[in-house]
Amino acid sequence: MSTHADTHAHEDDHGHHHKETFVTKYIFSQDHKMISKQYLITGTIMGVIGVLMSIMFRMQIAWPEEPNVLFEALLGKWAPGGVMDADIYLALVTIHGTIMVFFVLTAGLSGTFSNLLIPLQIGARDMASGFLNMISYWLFFLSSVIMVISLFVEAGPAAAGWTIYPPLSALPMAQGGSGMGMTLWLVSMAIFIASSLLGSLNYIVTVINLRTKGMSMTRLPLTIWAFFVTAIIGVVSFPVLLSAALLLIMDRSFGTSFFLSDIFIQGEVLHYQGGSPVLFEHLFWFLGHPEVYIVILPAMGMVSEIMASNSRKPIFGYRAMIASILAIAFLSTIVWGHHMFISGMNPFLGSVFTFTTLLIAIPSAVKAFNWITTIWKGNIQMNTAMLFSIGFVSTFITGGLTGIILGDSALDINVHDTYFVIAHFHLVMGISALYGMFAGIYHWYPRMFGRMMNKNLGYIHFWVTAICAYGVFFPMHFIGMAGLPRRYYTNSNFPLFDDLANVNVVITVFAIIGGVFQLVFLYNFFVSIFFGKKAPQNPWRSTTLEWTAPVKHMHGNWPGEIPHVHRWAYDYSKPGHEDDFVPQNIPLKEGEEELQH
Amino acid sequence: MTAFLTIIIVLFVAVAIWQMVKIFDLAQIGESNSQIATDNDNKMNAYMMMAFLAFIYIITIVCFVKWGDLPLMSNSASAHGPEIDNLMIISMVIIFIVQTITQYLLHYFAFKYRGEKGKKALFYADNNTLEAIWTIIPVIVLAGLIIYGLFTWNSIMNVNEDDDPLVIELYAQQFNWKARYGGNDNTLGKSNVRLINLDNANILGLDESDPNAQDDIITTELHLPVGKPVLFKMRSQDVLHSAYMPHFRAQMNCVPGMVTQFGFTPTVTTTDMRQTPEIMEKVANINNIRAEKSKELATKGEAALDPYEFDYLLLCNKICGKSHYNMQMKIIVETQEEYDAWIKEQKEFKNSLIK
Repeated sequence: MSTHADTHAHEDDHGHHHKETFVTKYIFSQDHKMISKQYLITGTIMGVIGVLMSIMFRMQIAWPEEPNVLFEALLGKWAPGGVMDADIYLALVTIHGTIMVFFVLTAGLSGTFSNLLIPLQIGARDMASGFLNMISYWLFFLSSVIMVISLFVEAGPAAAGWTIYPPLSALPMAQGGSGMGMTLWLVSMAIFIASSLLGSLNYIVTVINLRTKGMSMTRLPLTIWAFFVTAIIGVVSFPVLLSAALLLIMDRSFGTSFFLSDIFIQGEVLHYQGGSPVLFEHLFWFLGHPEVYIVILPAMGMVSEIMASNSRKPIFGYRAMIASILAIAFLSTIVWGHHMFISGMNPFLGSVFTFTTLLIAIPSAVKAFNWITTIWKGNIQMNTAMLFSIGFVSTFITGGLTGIILGDSALDINVHDTYFVIAHFHLVMGISALYGMFAGIYHWYPRMFGRMMNKNLGYIHFWVTAICAYGVFFPMHFIGMAGLPRRYYTNSNFPLFDDLANVNVVITVFAIIGGVFQLVFLYNFFVSIFFGKKAPQNPWRSTTLEWTAPVKHMHGNWPGEIPHVHRWAYDYSKPGHEDDFVPQNIPLKEGEEELQH
Repeated sequence: MTAFLTIIIVLFVAVAIWQMVKIFDLAQIGESNSQIATDNDNKMNAYMMMAFLAFIYIITIVCFVKWGDLPLMSNSASAHGPEIDNLMIISMVIIFIVQTITQYLLHYFAFKYRGEKGKKALFYADNNTLEAIWTIIPVIVLAGLIIYGLFTWNSIMNVNEDDDPLVIELYAQQFNWKARYGGNDNTLGKSNVRLINLDNANILGLDESDPNAQDDIITTELHLPVGKPVLFKMRSQDVLHSAYMPHFRAQMNCVPGMVTQFGFTPTVTTTDMRQTPEIMEKVANINNIRAEKSKELATKGEAALDPYEFDYLLLCNKICGKSHYNMQMKIIVETQEEYDAWIKEQKEFKNSLIK
């Protein structure tokens, strides 16, 4: 009994008596708010690298084999005379994919906002384990460093595509990048997965155990539901990729034959017998497909929250939103085969996966319609975060719709691995998730740094990005339907595609403009940390708990007692209240009923 | 040169951004700007929403008009091609309708319900009927698409062996294709990469003692008789490749260690395809582009580009290494007589070996 009282007293005193040194505050911090900033900054740096790579390979596609001073400066020996080498082209494509999917949109997005918002929105002092949380970040940092180091090895970084299908990724004689570059890639990813698992377990435990008094599961903001379910998907699927990576390491270094069989290369027969690359494809996509939901669900959660807050309206269909998150999460684990319709697996499996894949369109459609209804008859505040949220819904619809073509095995035959696929997944999970991330940054920036970002720069950033995103990816559908395969270093060996060359130039011009305008965001972000206008307590007039905590950095989040929760997170413009929002910690008025949502 | 110009443009844009940033910073001095959207911001961005909606519609129309003629889409050259194309067109129409309506609603609502001081939003949290409607409508539409899709898929993938198809092996290696015909018995001899012997030119690893292998024919061009079902058996000797024949709506991965298959019936000969108006237009267009480029090359003193003539192609469509971008084989569809004459000229396996 007395121990309990002690803990309690200790908890309440949190933040007052902690002596923090520079190292414990900024480097080996166990505070979730600091860890979230560390994730964000690391993710941003990786994002800059990833985007720069995409601009380089887009220039190569638009102006193939032409000397370019940018290549000469950045690629060195890989661009003799400024002409990009075919090997480094594939490496750029590979590392761009890896960095954007895992390092930016998984760690940078989920890591940042799960860490920042879970304790603050559920009313907890910190994560369940601050120590594991710290380890999780530093493993992520380590894996980022290894991935960056892999860019500089003698024979080049991994270049087998971000899906690293063996045998190409397993045999150094098949491709220069499959030597040391691929080893580092695998090591980096193994560490990354460990980091992601530690983080996810922490999020799950925190959401289940540390909700404040009154915060029932049906009062949770949708952000928390999204982070929670994302973490569960991560825990279920990431270990499978780890096993695939370990087995691949065994095949590469210890002579096993899990994925390899009957190979004759460079004049000799290799000893491998009995394995199958198709097994690797199954293992990879068992993570690979849920991965796109790991990327998009947190963005969906944040967009739901931001849309409700800025429309000054409750999110429409709160329960349906939760149900669709759960349905998407469940279905996401049984659709991986739609990446493998023409891999040589039994066509009957193709039928099954077509069926499960197209089912995902149903909860997705429910979400899209609910967002549209949320803004209907609202009082929409066009803050930058809101613009990015509307942009998110727009690109999610555009990109998601073409999923019914790619998910249909019969149609996939002809557009598989063409630019059509690139257009589809970039819009639906790349650009959308990125918009979700930008929306989150603009919205919670005051909470993170205690200052406001400049709104005019935000508007410029959004509108240019929005136009360029469509300019880049919309035409790609059409060159894909014309049969242009992806991952071609140049198309000039196929006169058949000569009439598509000008489309590629248009796309690249949009890509360059869009890429350059991200500098506006970077400037706004970094300069506002120091010179932004001081943020008020609750700048967006939101209902969730994070806006009740003091702006000033403190360990433990709230001085004194943690606020209790009396209502759901979406009491915006509720009749009978003067203000157009009622925070969750305000008790119900006499006679007021909590909505039976 | 283009690349250099690009860099210059990038630099100018960067400078322009820098200038804009300065202007905004200066404009904010002395103003009690809270960085929260005002009624003015709401109005400006609301109009931008409508402009952006117009932009989406315009880019859609431009793409369809300029690049949507899709000769590959409208001119399939296989028996199952029209089935896929029909399904594709139905799916595209559905997508087009849904896209047009939902984007309109999203952007129009954002415009119409822009924030104004003193306005209060409607407290509207739930409506089960509405939600049931937009669950059930996608269910019905998707059920139709799934059923249609599965019938199409099954009819394509189930090869009917009773049709007595012509059996051809497609053999992939970094970075070229070979084709192997079964010869007079239309049966492929046993093979394994372990039997490859470069010294006696047994390049595909055929079993030299197998009687079925003796009359096999290995070629570097794929000839197909029109109207006859073909069953392809795919093999790869080193890494994953994908045999992509876009004009025939056909694709299958080539996997080392296993044999995969895909069957179709070519319906239009190469000669006939070259005469179709769509292809003639496409070829003329491409040749104009190539002529322009040749002029440019001539000023640099380089050789002009050959004029383009239409041919069916087999492309590699799975990343397979450095020269992935140039792994192709010509496909020629011809009449049975032309095919017979061609195949007679080819060397049988037993005669191609170096003794």
